Amino acid sequence: MNPHGLYTLFHKEVLRFYKVALQTLLAPMVTALLYLLVFSHVLEDHVQVYGGVSYTAFLIPGLVMMSVLQNAFANSSSSLIQSKVSGNVVFMLLSPLSYLEIYLAFVFAAVVRGVVVGLGVALVATLFVEVPVHSVAALLAFAILGSAVLGSMGIIAGIWAEKFDQLAGFQNFVILPLTFLSGVFYSIHSLPAHWQKVSHFNPFFYMIDGFRWGFFGVSDVDPLFSLAVAVAALGGLAVVTLAMLSHGYKLRH
Amino acid sequence: MSAAIAIHGVHKRYRSVHALRGLDLTIERGEFFGLLGPNGAGKSTLINIIAGLARADSGSVSVLGHDVVSDYRQARRRLGVVPQELVFDPFFSVREILRIQAGYFGLGRANDDWIEELLAALMLADRADSNMRALSGGMKRRVLIAQALVHKPEVVVLDEPTAGVDVELRHSLWEFVQRLHRAGHTIVLTTHYLEEAESLCDRIAIIDHGNLIALDSKAALLQRGMGQRCSVTVMLAHPLAELPSALSAQLKTQEGPRLQFTLDREHGSIVELLDALRAAGAEILDLQTEQADLEDIFVELTRRDRHESARTVHTVS
Ligand SMILES: Nc1ncnc2c1ncn2[C@@H]1O[C@H](COP(=O)(O)OP(=O)(O)OP(=O)(O)O)[C@@H](O)[C@H]1O
Ligand SMILES: [Mg+2]
Repeated sequence: MNPHGLYTLFHKEVLRFYKVALQTLLAPMVTALLYLLVFSHVLEDHVQVYGGVSYTAFLIPGLVMMSVLQNAFANSSSSLIQSKVSGNVVFMLLSPLSYLEIYLAFVFAAVVRGVVVGLGVALVATLFVEVPVHSVAALLAFAILGSAVLGSMGIIAGIWAEKFDQLAGFQNFVILPLTFLSGVFYSIHSLPAHWQKVSHFNPFFYMIDGFRWGFFGVSDVDPLFSLAVAVAALGGLAVVTLAMLSHGYKLRH
Repeated sequence: MSAAIAIHGVHKRYRSVHALRGLDLTIERGEFFGLLGPNGAGKSTLINIIAGLARADSGSVSVLGHDVVSDYRQARRRLGVVPQELVFDPFFSVREILRIQAGYFGLGRANDDWIEELLAALMLADRADSNMRALSGGMKRRVLIAQALVHKPEVVVLDEPTAGVDVELRHSLWEFVQRLHRAGHTIVLTTHYLEEAESLCDRIAIIDHGNLIALDSKAALLQRGMGQRCSVTVMLAHPLAELPSALSAQLKTQEGPRLQFTLDREHGSIVELLDALRAAGAEILDLQTEQADLEDIFVELTRRDRHESARTVHTVS
């Protein structure tokens, strides 16, 4: 192992988004809060969620988790595509960093970005509405697992994409639908039965549902099952990502 | 003791392009080695395979005895590569870039002194805190060199380090690389400036179309083929009425009183040539001789390679 090498790459990835914090930290917080203002005003009296939970309170965990997931994905994918397009990815590839070390460094940095943005959104949102906290451990577990899952997907997308528009395609056709159809804005019990079933094949649904349980102690499915799904998703994606890295897919020609 | 770089039977294809065709090459420790060849010959492809940036389809490469695929960590620790493209990370300053690169190799703050030394040696000290974007091309090139050396590699490969670099900087880079060589580093250099290879390298390989077409010490290469011939230009007081028939075979050009001969050292010397001219009544005013240089040999060999590959293509079809 080369722990200092892993730490350096992780640190570099964190510095990379920190140096453009306006765009990488502040902008997503503003976006999430705009969603919160608009949706809570328009839908507060129209959408039924769990008994005793106001729609705005219900929405906050969903928005926080959506920010966590999207920013974790954005971090690893945009870093990789930028360094591939500009060519400076060679500096990492010339180093003795192993595939596992590269994978871990990118995932850890994605987790940091996801969790920091999520924390920011949560803190500002709770100025508007009070949200209970049922289990801090569950919140942390789902935020970290969720951002690790999306960080891994970001690595896959960043390696696969050769141009920025391909990455945008991945984001628009894979990430965005999975996020929006996962129950960020609604409880899936309000969906027709058919769409409820479909939602159960979406791993994002479990991550958001489990995260929401961390606030309210109420959820659509058993939080332990959600946790298992998140862990399994991370395991599967880790295997795929490591295989891509070790074969040098689109990185080592 | 294992060679600095050992390359065995390396093939590399990019779709329709057969970039390397079974290359064998051994570069010994402490050599100053020149890798020459026209555009698209496969030099960078070979360097990328040595560095692990590309993978050979077949064959093997090792750096100081460490296979670049199976033992890549050890191989990469011993290798510093200056890429041909001027790539840089726009997020960081020069010093940050160097510290990050050292960090990848597991080197922490203890390596900072060496980084400062590199910055000074490459005349980057006053730009150390500038963002990479703010540097000129020549400065970026020097940062690339510093980055390649940040982990003190024993073997240093420079892919056209002096491309697009002004004369003064080119000379200071030559001095810098020679200093590295004297300090015991093995140096592999590619360049399109043949006088650069001629003045720096001990041994030279020429590749073309993915084949090794020449591999020899610089001296032997200069001796070879063209090296045995020399060109003699004679200026006469008056044009000759008639050239002695013995000399007509060696005559290359004739412009009035100015005669140019190509001499083959094995058949005839300059003295014989001059005697023959004098015997024919010529009055010699001036005499110039010219040895072949690396450029002539390069042109000759790559041209011959073109002819040969053209012929093979022909027989195949
Ligand atoms: N990634 C790649 N994909 C497809 N073809 C490639 C790739 N890299 C190199 N080639 C091809 O392989 C051949 C050798 O290229 P290479 O870059 O090794 O040449 P070179 O000797 O370094 O040339 P130059 O002096 O111009 O730098 C060329 O025909 C090139 O087009
Ligand atoms: Mg090249």
